[in-house]
Amino acid sequence: MTLHVQYFARYRETLGLDSETVPDEFATVDALRQHLLQRGAQWRVLAEANIMCARNQELCSLHEPLQAGDEVAFFPTVTGG
Amino acid sequence: MAIRVQASAFDPGAEVNALHAANVGVGAVVSFVGYVRDFNDGREVAGMFLEHYPGMTEKALAKIADEAHQRWPLLKLEVLHRVGALEPGEPIVFVGVASAHRQAAFEACDFVMDYLKTRAPFWKKETTSEGPRWVEGRDSDHAAAGRWRP
Repeated sequence: MTLHVQYFARYRETLGLDSETVPDEFATVDALRQHLLQRGAQWRVLAEANIMCARNQELCSLHEPLQAGDEVAFFPTVTGG
Repeated sequence: MAIRVQASAFDPGAEVNALHAANVGVGAVVSFVGYVRDFNDGREVAGMFLEHYPGMTEKALAKIADEAHQRWPLLKLEVLHRVGALEPGEPIVFVGVASAHRQAAFEACDFVMDYLKTRAPFWKKETTSEGPRWVEGRDSDHAAAGRWRP
């Protein structure tokens, strides 16, 4: 099984990627993020202190546990309204 | 409760009228309309693009609206947010609340906007006199949302 990962707004532009599928081998959202941070310089954008994330389309903390098949999203602070 | 996320323009006046149409129990309607400004953070703004997270956007707005319904005795609540390309002067967001008395409508409208600003997955990218730029979140928005913690 896999995880479906999405990136939005400034993160999507910096990474040049809007979504990808990764193996389901991360216990939490932060474990996945730590793995992504190893990929290269532009991935350091995910190290921002005010990063937001969602699991299965609901806001969550970086400590949120993950399960196979989950949809995970990383994005900068929201600016609607 | 109505949640609409749309690329097309809307008429705030028509939305307000619809909130009390066919319901004579409505004694108060409070609405908020947000507009695109032509100047922000020291730069002229020629336009903006609203990105969102399809699927999550609607769920996040519905959750905020549900919470408002639980906290105040509301008769109607509408949240309308535009996405895509917008020009200065255009309405970008509408929150309308109908209730029997004004207090609930005032408070719920304020609450929905504060939560929308900090929890709904929208991102503004402005076209400015010095090129495009992503709008950054404001600490004051988070402070405002913090007022409503139970």
